Amino acid sequence: MRTDYAFIGVTLVVACALIGVVPILNYLIAPQTPNKSKRETYECGMETVGDTWVQFRAQYYLFALIFVLFDVGGVLLFPFAVAYNSVNLWGVIVVSLFVLTLLASLGYAIKKGALNWE
Amino acid sequence: MDIINNLVKNLGDGIAAGIYGALGQGLAADILIMVIAAIAVFAVASGGFAGLTYAERKIVARIQDRVGPNQAGPYGILQPIADAVKLFTKEDTTPAEADFWVYHLAPIIVAVFATLTFTVVPFAPGVVGTNLNIGAFYIIAIGSASTIAILMAGWGSNNKYSLLGAFRTVAQLVGYEVPMLLNMLPVIMLTGSMSLVDIIERQAGWNGSWGLPFIVILPLSGLAFLISGIAETGRSPFDLLEAESEIVAGFHVEYSGMKFGLIMMGEYMNALGVAVMFSVLFLGGYAGPILPPYLWLVLKAFGVFLVLMWLRGTLPRVRIDQLLNMNWKFFVPLSVVNLILVMILGKVFVSDPALFKANGGILIQPLAQALIMGASSFALLIIALAIVTRRVRKDRMAEAAILLQRRETNQQIAASVH
Repeated sequence: MRTDYAFIGVTLVVACALIGVVPILNYLIAPQTPNKSKRETYECGMETVGDTWVQFRAQYYLFALIFVLFDVGGVLLFPFAVAYNSVNLWGVIVVSLFVLTLLASLGYAIKKGALNWE
Repeated sequence: MDIINNLVKNLGDGIAAGIYGALGQGLAADILIMVIAAIAVFAVASGGFAGLTYAERKIVARIQDRVGPNQAGPYGILQPIADAVKLFTKEDTTPAEADFWVYHLAPIIVAVFATLTFTVVPFAPGVVGTNLNIGAFYIIAIGSASTIAILMAGWGSNNKYSLLGAFRTVAQLVGYEVPMLLNMLPVIMLTGSMSLVDIIERQAGWNGSWGLPFIVILPLSGLAFLISGIAETGRSPFDLLEAESEIVAGFHVEYSGMKFGLIMMGEYMNALGVAVMFSVLFLGGYAGPILPPYLWLVLKAFGVFLVLMWLRGTLPRVRIDQLLNMNWKFFVPLSVVNLILVMILGKVFVSDPALFKANGGILIQPLAQALIMGASSFALLIIALAIVTRRVRKDRMAEAAILLQRRETNQQIAASVH
């Protein structure tokens, strides 16, 4: 069991090493002659106006919130899916009710206009 | 025949036996074997990346009636090497106001997590990095890590276009993970396991003697999984996060040299990962007649990738509101309904005598069960498409009527002025 996950750890280390060396190699091989205009922010040749790290629209946040709702609900369904063969029809109906609750919350969000892009 | 079929497995076993012979049984030998296997997994992933960049440029060029790369080597086959040399020798400029660590780590994280997807993919019987008992779940978990890396790239660059691309990423990639997850569930239910090896074996031995891929039994899930997979990797026609014509190149506009190369690598590996996952979950993975298993997986994955290239070569980019509406108002509800349908059908029509004895239901042949499920899933897809088409047409008509009215009032105003 534990060795199953050890391989992922080893792959993580190996991949980090093999991929991490690439930007360093690039740094060593490529010419390095930075100047002021090269290091400017690339925005169609115009000078940047204002700060980039500004407040952003709450719309994106709403989508992320509804995603969290469905993601957690979906994760809860995975154990059920594995145990599917050992439950009977009644168990399936109970889980269907849980899934329909999720769907109802999505319907509420749509009705409230939370998912309308403006 | 057996030698060819088990070529990869025997090679791996031979190397492992050699290492055990030299070092003896122990932790050092185990770790060395794992490192070699990890390098093999990395080689498969990055080899696939190099091959696919060439294949995609050549095939998309053909679709668009161009020739594609043809200068480096015969038929331009050395193009990936030329690209690598070019990217390695290109000056790597960093914007002065970028966030150092976030900016420099993002490309590495994209590529590393894309590689990690391949650790659980079974390439042939007995040839799998690690047969996790939660393989399918692991794929979803690792797949969502690239979202974070893209957000890091967009934020760290300190560029407004990058940041816009990163925000779109949050809305898009995060949203399409839901249908992907929901459409993986029916496959896991019918298999009773999250291990990818079990899923393949289930499809290979559906009727005892011959296999039936899940795409026949669950056509709706397969289709929805593929489309949300394309959206999840941000490929055309869902490439809003890097739309060249709108926000220059989105989150990677500030990257140059090999850092850009790494981001590209991560994206291609993710797309290849989706193609491989689709072949494993819905097309039966390495299972297939006559040809050796590893060749079957490569053929199926490349076939799926061909569909991705085809879509890229033909379809225009969708608008962001269309994209999000399609996800939240079409794919997610449809996936949920399909999930409930499969759950109930699987309990009403039972093909396994042991399960029939335990839970009841109607006992039928496995093939009949598969056909009932496939037909009802397909019928659900047709009904949903009919409803949506009618609804969308109505909306468009209403929009057109408003525009027409506006034009008439404008003409009246113009006439009264004259």
